[in-house]
Amino acid sequence: MAGYILKRLFFMIPTLFVISVLVFVIIQLPPGDYLETYIAELESQGESVDPDRVNFLRAEYGLDKPIYEQYFVWASGMLVGDYGYSFEYGLPVNEVIGDRLFLTIIISVVTIIFTWAIAFPIGIYSATHQYSWGDYGLSFIGFIGLATPNFLLALVMLYLANVYFGTSIGGLMDPAYIDQPWRIDKFLSVLEHLWIPVVVIGTSGTAGMIRRLRANLLDELQKQYVVTARAKGLQEKKLVRKYPLRMSMNFFIADIGSLLPSVISGAEITAIVLSLPTTGPMMLNALQSQDMYLAGSFLMFLAMLTVIGVMLSDILLAMLDPRIRLQGGATK
Amino acid sequence: MADILTIKNLQVEFDYHNSRIPAVRNISFRIPQGRTVALVGESGSGKSVTAQAIMQILPKKAHVTHGSIRFDDPENGNSAEIVSLDPMGRQMRAIRGGRISMIFQEPMVSLSPVHTVGNQISEALLLHRDVSKSEAMRLSQDMLDRVGFPDPKRAINTYPFELSGGLRQRAMIACALVCRPAILIADEPTTALDVTIQAQILKLISDMQRELNMAVLLITHDLGVVANVADEVVVMYHGQIMESGMIEDIYRNPSHPYLKALMKAIPHFDMKPDERLTPVRHIESSVGELLRIDVDRELQANPVHLEVRDISKSFRIKKNPIFGKSAAPEIKAVSGIGFDVYRGECFGLVGESGCGKTTLSKILMKALSPDEGNIVYYDKTGQQGVDVLALEGDELFKFRRKMQFIFQDPFSSLNPRMTVFDIIREPLLIHEIGDLDYQREFVKELVRVVGLDPRFLNRYPHSFSGGQRQRLGIARALALKPDFVICDEPVSALDVSIQAQILNLLKDLRKELGLTTIFITHNLAVVNYIADRVGVMCRGRLVEIADRDSLFENPVHPYTQALLGAVPHPDLAKPLDFDSALESQASDPASWSAPFRCDESASLELHEIKHGHRVLREA
Repeated sequence: MAGYILKRLFFMIPTLFVISVLVFVIIQLPPGDYLETYIAELESQGESVDPDRVNFLRAEYGLDKPIYEQYFVWASGMLVGDYGYSFEYGLPVNEVIGDRLFLTIIISVVTIIFTWAIAFPIGIYSATHQYSWGDYGLSFIGFIGLATPNFLLALVMLYLANVYFGTSIGGLMDPAYIDQPWRIDKFLSVLEHLWIPVVVIGTSGTAGMIRRLRANLLDELQKQYVVTARAKGLQEKKLVRKYPLRMSMNFFIADIGSLLPSVISGAEITAIVLSLPTTGPMMLNALQSQDMYLAGSFLMFLAMLTVIGVMLSDILLAMLDPRIRLQGGATK
Repeated sequence: MADILTIKNLQVEFDYHNSRIPAVRNISFRIPQGRTVALVGESGSGKSVTAQAIMQILPKKAHVTHGSIRFDDPENGNSAEIVSLDPMGRQMRAIRGGRISMIFQEPMVSLSPVHTVGNQISEALLLHRDVSKSEAMRLSQDMLDRVGFPDPKRAINTYPFELSGGLRQRAMIACALVCRPAILIADEPTTALDVTIQAQILKLISDMQRELNMAVLLITHDLGVVANVADEVVVMYHGQIMESGMIEDIYRNPSHPYLKALMKAIPHFDMKPDERLTPVRHIESSVGELLRIDVDRELQANPVHLEVRDISKSFRIKKNPIFGKSAAPEIKAVSGIGFDVYRGECFGLVGESGCGKTTLSKILMKALSPDEGNIVYYDKTGQQGVDVLALEGDELFKFRRKMQFIFQDPFSSLNPRMTVFDIIREPLLIHEIGDLDYQREFVKELVRVVGLDPRFLNRYPHSFSGGQRQRLGIARALALKPDFVICDEPVSALDVSIQAQILNLLKDLRKELGLTTIFITHNLAVVNYIADRVGVMCRGRLVEIADRDSLFENPVHPYTQALLGAVPHPDLAKPLDFDSALESQASDPASWSAPFRCDESASLELHEIKHGHRVLREA
């Protein structure tokens, strides 16, 4: 098993390398670079631009070098934690992203936990009480959750939170705490605001997961080994936990790989509506203005999460399911 | 003997929309201590529902509406009325698995694939006995030893998918017996197993029965199995008991017409050459004009229709790059197989599961390509053979018309989203035969040929029974008017009564249309009924080949002998020799006695001992 984990870690290296090349090529694909966009913008406003200064900037940022050299500088910088320089903000990418990354991770982790905590009991209940009123009711609510656009739900929740709890509209904390050092009351303020985006972002995911868990569990509940266990005299609750639930976990674990990036990227529109200080809105903006190092870092960040998520789910699957651990695939 | 289970006037009904359909109607029987009662019937006759009612594990839609099931525990004299207990209550759970245990038909799916064998066996102990975990594991290991695991210590930590079908069923039995129940309910325990394994499992069950003084309720449709192990027989049909009594009375003197009919529907070894099976329900089939047009197939100078030479095929277990299993063993699925199939005959290919018969059939159809060997097909018009394996493109496409295939599973071999008409017409469309009017007429005729009503052409496969679907599969195979048909276990998924229908149909069609067929099966009685010549396969090799009578009267190869010896006859005068079945390692080529022994050093070849009777041995 340890060997497997090591190998799996090793496989991440070429994967991430290929992704980094792709990301770099993609952000270089649109014609021109940040400076040209910037100049065009200035000229459209009637301001003149000193060509010397442009050339100086271009040399300063290495934009005049061939593309592979630019890639090399960027990629090797990333290895030591230097993500490059954001033109738009005039700051190193690290400093631009820093706090936002932290808040994004908090929101994502809390959302995932929220999703699981709600989806699991409901999914199990729905499957074991198929076609009961409880199942119908929960399925109905689930479908509403699936069908409601996130931004709409966000607006409704903002209104309700403001009217009934007096929470300030938008943001992840009271405006007074923005750019303040972390203190206990700032933390409390974050908690007070956090539940809205968590509910908004988590709803559709929760609803989807309930449906999938229900379907998977229903399949497993039909299986012969469940009858075998029942014939042993096992209590129904223990039985469901030990056999079918365990078997229906595979899909759920395989889901982790796509869960991390989808929670983070799926939250972007919501983040804009709620004006959350997370990474989503910033990434959209960086892509629009060709702020290449910032955009590249974001994309790499998402890719890294995907790769780590897939690796985690692979390792968990191998631990959980002996068929994956012990059987090699036979081919014709 | 005291009766430990008494069933009186039991009625079980299923909710179906707003009405209730009875599945078990007013049945009464009893199970005496230490005896075996066989519950016999076709699928859908209510045998399994009866067992589920005893265990209180009926599906949600089913209810016991009437009657009683009394269980008198011989251990402590307690008596319980099972019907009145709460199915999920403490008392019922103590009986279920503790005092009455059950084993199921499919050893492949009856055990959880993600829990170890030890875990699943000891679970029953932990539920019903006051033992510690380590004690439970020790007892489980003990039990595995008793049910014949070669290495119980290792077996306890294996997962079910690492075991063969026979060992899985043994694990299942260990699971059921570890708590020393008073009654074991065995629901078709050997139906999914090969005959030699079946004999071993039946022997194991009766040994354990004697040891634990346990009653067995054996549910089966196989009258051969019943004849060999049961003390009493209960025959069910449509949820009702047709006949019940001691085995001697039932077999020597069946009185109910249903049982008589059932007995006549089973192929056995003492059939006269022209004797026909009588299906329980008859089907009318008639070959019409469109199909008959080509039936002018007089024998040619060259009687050989298909020539198979030295076919070998290996599969490689994919090397697992992640877990780094170093050796990638090559498995010889088929090695050095050669035989001729003569025009118009039925060539039976017999062997246990995994012996390579299906692989071979796929190679013949060019669905798989062999590593070596060649296949020559002789057309009825010319002497010049066609090298089947070299065919490609247009020639292969044209050749496809000549050879067709009938599949084992009538459920998965018909597309559920196509109507019957579309399914049978599809080959005609692919090969662009005729216009719509012709196709419609021809499809109607094909459906009549297999004894179905052409009015059903617009229905979908799900509205047909297993036997009817298999007939649709046959109609589809005939649509291209093939000369050669390969039937891969066409009756093994069907009930005995249906089996007789299909076998008779295939027999008649072969005669009327002059078809050459290869009939693949694991059932020796079936092959005896339908085949003219028989090849016996084991571990990818053809070990014996002969015409039917020589093979069944004078089997030479030890494997053939073991195979024939393990078939349970539905005849009390011919009991199975269980001891030799348990001892035999017949399917292991290394254990065959000289000169048949097959190991690295041996150079074996098919040796002719009589005209047309050849056997694999050292030259």
